[in-house]
This record gives sequence, structure tokens and C-alpha cells, in this order.
Amino acid sequence: MYFLKRILGMVPLLLIISFLAFSLIRMAPGGPFDRERKPASPEIERNLAAKYHLDKPVWKQYLIYLGDLAKGDLGPSLKYRNHSVNDIIKQGLPVSLMLGGFAFCFAMGVGIPLGFYTAIRRGQWGDYIGSFFALLAFCIPAFVVGPLLIMFFSMKWKIFPVALWETPLHFILPTVALGLYFSGRIARLMREGMSNTLHSEFITTARAKGLSEAAILWKHAFRIAVLPVVSYSGPLLADLLTGSFVVENIFRIPGIGVFMVNSTLNRDYTMVVGLVLLYAVLLLALNLLVDFSYSLLDRRVRYE
Amino acid sequence: MRRGVSWASYCALGLTLFFSGCAQPEEPADFVIVNGSEPESLDPAIITGQAESRIVRCLFEGLVRLDPKNASPVPGIADKWDILEDGNVYVFHLRSNAVWSTGRPITAEDVVYSWKRVLEPATAADYAGQLYFVKNAEEYNTGKLKDFEQVGVKAVDARTVRVELVGPTPFFLDLCAFTTLAVVPRWTIEKYGDRWLTSENLPSSSTHVLESWRIQDKVRIRKNPLHWDAKNVQNEIVDFLPMDSAMTAMNLYESRQADILWDKTLIPSELMDVLSKREDCHRFDYLGTFFMRFNTTRKPFDDPRVRKALALVIDKKRIVERITRGGERPADHFVPKGMVVYDPPPGLGYDPELARKLLAEAGFPGGKGFPSFQYLSKTGKQDEQIGVEIQAMFKEHLGINMELNQKEWKVYLSAQGKLDFDVSRSSWIGDYNDPNTFLDMFMSNNGNNRTGWKSVKYDDLIREGNLKVDPQEREKILQQAEILLVREETIIAPIYFYAGINFYRPDELTGIYPNLLDEHPIWAIRRVKRGSN
Repeated sequence: MYFLKRILGMVPLLLIISFLAFSLIRMAPGGPFDRERKPASPEIERNLAAKYHLDKPVWKQYLIYLGDLAKGDLGPSLKYRNHSVNDIIKQGLPVSLMLGGFAFCFAMGVGIPLGFYTAIRRGQWGDYIGSFFALLAFCIPAFVVGPLLIMFFSMKWKIFPVALWETPLHFILPTVALGLYFSGRIARLMREGMSNTLHSEFITTARAKGLSEAAILWKHAFRIAVLPVVSYSGPLLADLLTGSFVVENIFRIPGIGVFMVNSTLNRDYTMVVGLVLLYAVLLLALNLLVDFSYSLLDRRVRYE
Repeated sequence: MRRGVSWASYCALGLTLFFSGCAQPEEPADFVIVNGSEPESLDPAIITGQAESRIVRCLFEGLVRLDPKNASPVPGIADKWDILEDGNVYVFHLRSNAVWSTGRPITAEDVVYSWKRVLEPATAADYAGQLYFVKNAEEYNTGKLKDFEQVGVKAVDARTVRVELVGPTPFFLDLCAFTTLAVVPRWTIEKYGDRWLTSENLPSSSTHVLESWRIQDKVRIRKNPLHWDAKNVQNEIVDFLPMDSAMTAMNLYESRQADILWDKTLIPSELMDVLSKREDCHRFDYLGTFFMRFNTTRKPFDDPRVRKALALVIDKKRIVERITRGGERPADHFVPKGMVVYDPPPGLGYDPELARKLLAEAGFPGGKGFPSFQYLSKTGKQDEQIGVEIQAMFKEHLGINMELNQKEWKVYLSAQGKLDFDVSRSSWIGDYNDPNTFLDMFMSNNGNNRTGWKSVKYDDLIREGNLKVDPQEREKILQQAEILLVREETIIAPIYFYAGINFYRPDELTGIYPNLLDEHPIWAIRRVKRGSN
């Protein structure tokens, strides 16, 4: 029941988001058809505006847009005029999903064990070294990591290709470049969560009952300690799955991350709104999923 | 045990998904071109950029096409033409073996349809102006004339097109080679509407067919065996990679995953000094000018003496030597040198002494009382450096203060279009090998004027020049117009001429020739050797 309500609540929220995106991008100075060279006559500009309904008042444009949206049509791209926004998302999203999925697995696969390890070795050399690397990963942005990886692994040692998205070998460097930062973040969250949990009363009770250390750590502590990571993973996944401008740009990956940024600069109105909606839907859905998994992991959580 | 099995099955599932995501490796292309930004469109009527036109030329040919060596117009779909009535009428004869890639003959009707489509208001073609030299074309495009019968292009019979012009237009053949005027397949467009280019088995009228177009990924073309000149097409498969990052472009080129870098913006400027010395760096003069526009509707720039004073203290040599460093040449006049039919007249030169005198005459001795003003430019490192340099020159020689006003690209364009600036960074790339492609933009009603300057004298000179049949007479008149624009009225201050830079390994590819238009027909390029990394 609770989740059904949440899902229904998403509809008005998405409407508000789409309207804001729709009107805000139109308020920005400059338009999709402003170019270095003007068309030969103002009539051509008027024809262009009429073709894409840009000559109508914004509320009317929005109603037309909603009508198309109800049919699942996000409209034609104003910049890439032979493609619809649907086409572009259909081509780019699977690639971004793949890259984002890999990077998510990488971030989790490295971050959780590292955080776990540093927490149980707290105050020892293992903790210092592990935490140092987690902090390092957390501090270096992708636009530094990416070129460094290319310089060593592609140009110098020639292990991986420099760019493009074709074979599994092409996937490795972008995955690391995108996931490294998040693995650092997750390691820190995990370490924090684990340290707090190990000091809580139910762990002391479990120890008093004489449970083995392994059982305490895995069966009792881990489930609670991983909660901050789980709640962070919702927005993180939405972020990763919708592509990364920087990483897609450095490795020339045909995802939609590049469009996220460029459509705004190009004033590609339909594309901006389409991508904002896509991001919003993903974010809301994943947050819902996170809340749902909370109730599975932590028995103390109940939704009414 | 149970856990072990489930992990193994997850791994297997993961791997299956992983490899199912990657299709069979494609057939290797003859060569791979890094082509600049993702093409906005491949529709000849819609495209405006060079990255697009490189691909479109391979898919849709015009009555004439460009010679790979000097980019001059040579026979295309038409194998000959007659120029009648003092250059007012062109009669094109289509070759008998001109067919679509589907085998259907290319007819005069196809040509008329393609031109009509460009002029149709509903097409909203940015470059419809390229056809305004055809009689009544402008009237039809702007909606003043509804009947296409009155427009000066007719199919006399299946293989003859007769074109009537508004006046003798010496560069009309150059225009016919322009992508906007290329021949497009009517039946496909009528069937698929705006999305005709992504339809299957797209008919081609040129040397290649479109094999695939994955947005932000790759455009692949394949030789069209039915093209009239197929035996001279030097390659089978060509890939175009859209790319925005210069570093990535260079990395791909250096690791031999790309063979041609065809845009100066794709060469990391930090490395220019080193790269320009290599033998795979090909530099040539290019039909483009970087200049400064004055807003003549704003004080004090309504005074020609002020404009002249500012133009006189810009040390162009310093800008090309210290900032652009890609072999650009300082510009004293507006139209670049090297055109066959036109030799540009000298401009103002560099003379701070005279500039101070002029500024004093205009009422600002030593810059006293000169209002602070803004230099509108776009964001970007090089544009900022140029702005800072000019700012210092104005301050040093004239004692006036210029502020820099850097705007995001679209905001910059919009501000320039609305005359919302004092002085503005500007650039112009010529479309065809004739001074008109530069000079007509400053006519009073041209949308690209963007200076607020309206001069009857200038308009008359351009019109009169373009009506002259004798090339020398025409040159003299157009020179007068340029003198008026640059030397007498100083509506703009030319700064430098662009240089074209191509990267390709000359021992591996042949058929690329430097020319003023930076046009290198793909069909002429051939791989002679496959290098190893």
C-alpha cells in the first residue's frame, strides 16, 4: 500500500519537474537556432520557429509537449534534426547503462570490502593504508584519473585501447575511471557504518552470548553497517546510469552523458526536458527501491 | 554448496550479458576520419557545418562537384552546361549514366524537386539563401510568391535543367557544387518525412551510400557501385568518428585507430608547437577570417575616426605569433588572399601614432573622456587570451579601458544578433571561392551584418559588381567595396586569417590536396599502406 502511494505520488512530481525544466531552459538567453551565420531572411527563422511550435506561448508549447509525452513521444531533437529524442535515448542509454552498471559494480566491489577491512583493522597499519587509498580515490576526479589511465595503460604499456566502446577490453579503463571516485566514497561510508555498528549494544550482547567473531561480523554487524551504503547507492546508481559527461568525453563513449551537458549548451529544448525526465524517473524509482530494500535488511524498519 | 552454485550462475549470467552487449567486430574501414562534432543532420537542405558537409558530399551530389585538387567546380551529375544570355541563363545537361544507388535514373525533375524543397518555407532551410541568385527564388522562399512555376528553375526534358538567374552570377557554378543544392531522393523524403535519413537503404546520388549512422558513435559509408564515376572511387568503406575532445582525437590518431584529423579544433593547442613540425601535419591557407565588429549604433563607435583608431593599434602579428600559433596570417583586409578572381586591397595597417591623432580629433585626446566599453566574446581559452591581448594594446596605445565580456556560445550569438555589444569577437568562413561570400554579409539587410551599419553606397557597389560580366571590372568594383568596409568606414577590424591544419600520414594515404576551401572529396582518397602501431 505504502509503495503504491509512493508510485502514484511520483506522477505530479514528474509533471512539476518537467514543467520547470521546460520553462527554465526557455528562459535562458539564446535559442536552439542561433548560429554564427544567420539564415538569409528572417522568414526562414520564423519558419523554423513555427515548425517546432516555438512561436507559441510557453504554456501552449507545454500542453502540446504533454500531449506528445502521453503517447510516449519526447519530441524531435532541435539540434539533431533527423533524430527524435526517443531515438537518441534508445541509442545512448544502453551504453550509459552498461558503463554505469560496470562502474557501480566496481565501486561496490572495491568499496565495500575495503571499508569492511579498514573498519575491523581500525587503528592498525591495514587501516591506515586502506583508508589512505580510499581517501586518494575519493580526492582525484575522473578528468585526472581518465587521462592518467590512458597515458599508462594505453599509450605506454599498450594493454587497453585509448578510447571508443567496442570490445570488452574497451570497457575496462572507463569503468575504473568512472568507478574509482565512488569506490572511495563507499569505502569511507562502509568503514564509518561498520565502526559505529561494532560499538552498538546488540553486538556486545552477541559477543556476550559467545558467538564467533565471523558470525558477529557477517550475520549481525554487516547487515546494519551496510545501510548507509545502500541508501547512498540509489542516487549513486541514478547518477551512474545516466552517463558521465567527463568519462564519456575522454573515452569517446556513445552514451547519453554527453547529451546531458551539451543539450543545455545547445539549447536543445526537447532534449533537455527529455533527459531531465529520464533522470528524474530513474532517481525516484531507485530511491523507492532503496527504501524497499531497507525493510528487508533492517527488521526495525516498517512502512505503513 | 548452494551458495557456491548460485554465485557461479550469477557470474555466468553476468558474463553472458557482458558479451551479448558487444556485437561482432565490424569489417575494418579503408580509413577512419575524426570529423569534429556529431553531425546535426545529414540533410543537404538543413546542414550548415563542415563536419556535416564532408559526409553529405559522399551521399548527395549536385549538378557539379568539387575538384579534389583545387576545389573548383567540375562536372557532377551534369556533364556539360551552356551559359547563355551574358551569364543570366545556365542550361545543364545531365549525364546519361547518372543513376541513384537504387538504379533509378537521376532526372531533371529530381534536380528541380531538390531545389524547390530547399526553397519551400516549410523546410526551413538555413542556407536557402544560396539559391537566392535564381530568379524569384527569394520571393518564393519568403512566401511573397506562392507559384513555383515562376521560379527560374525548370526541367526542360528528363535530362536538361534550365536555370534563370537574377543577374550574371560569376560564382553560380561554385554554388551548384554547394551541398545545399545537392540532389535528394523525392520518393524517400515523401515517404518518411523528417526522418528520411534514418530510413533503410537510403538512396544516394553520390559516390557512397550510408551504411550506418549511430549517433555520437560512428557514421559509416560504403562505395556506391552504380555511381557514374564508380571506377575512380578510391575506397570501399570509410568511417567518420564524431569527436569533441582534442586529446582523445590525438590519442586515437597516435594509436592508429584513426587516420585523418580534419579539424584544427581537434588538435590539442598545447602541443601545437611540437606537432606542427611533424611531417604528417599539413598546413594550408584557409578561407576564413577572424575579426572584430564595431557596433556602429552605439557611441562613440558611430564615429569612423574612433573605429579607425582602434583598428590601427591592434598588433595582429603579435596575436598570431603569441596566441594562435597554428600558422595563421595577420589580416590587414577582410577577404583572404588566394582567390582566383580577386586580389584584396590593402587595409589600414598598424600605426599607433596615427591612431592617437584620430582619437584626439574625435574628441578623446590621450583617451581622456573615452567611456569604458566591453568586448563581447565567447568562452574559451584562446578567445580569452586574444581579448586580454587587445585590451592591453588599447590601454597602452590609446589609454582607453576595454572590459572583457565572455559569454557562453549561444548567449554570445544571441547578443551579437541583437546588437547588444560595443565591440565583438567575430569570425567568418567562406562558403565558396569568391569574394562575394565575404563581402555580401555587410549589405544593409543581410542578417549577418550585425554591426548596425547600413550603407547605400556599399550595397550598390556589391550589386553592381555582381552584375559585371568582365572579371577585371568586377574585381575593381568589389575592391572599392572592401576599401569602404575596412579602410574608409572601418566597420570591422580584421585580425587574422585562419589556417587549415590536417593530420594524416602521407605515406599511408594519397589523394588529399591542400586548398583554400579545405574541401577534400572522400572518393579521391586512397590507402596505399597500412601502418603498424
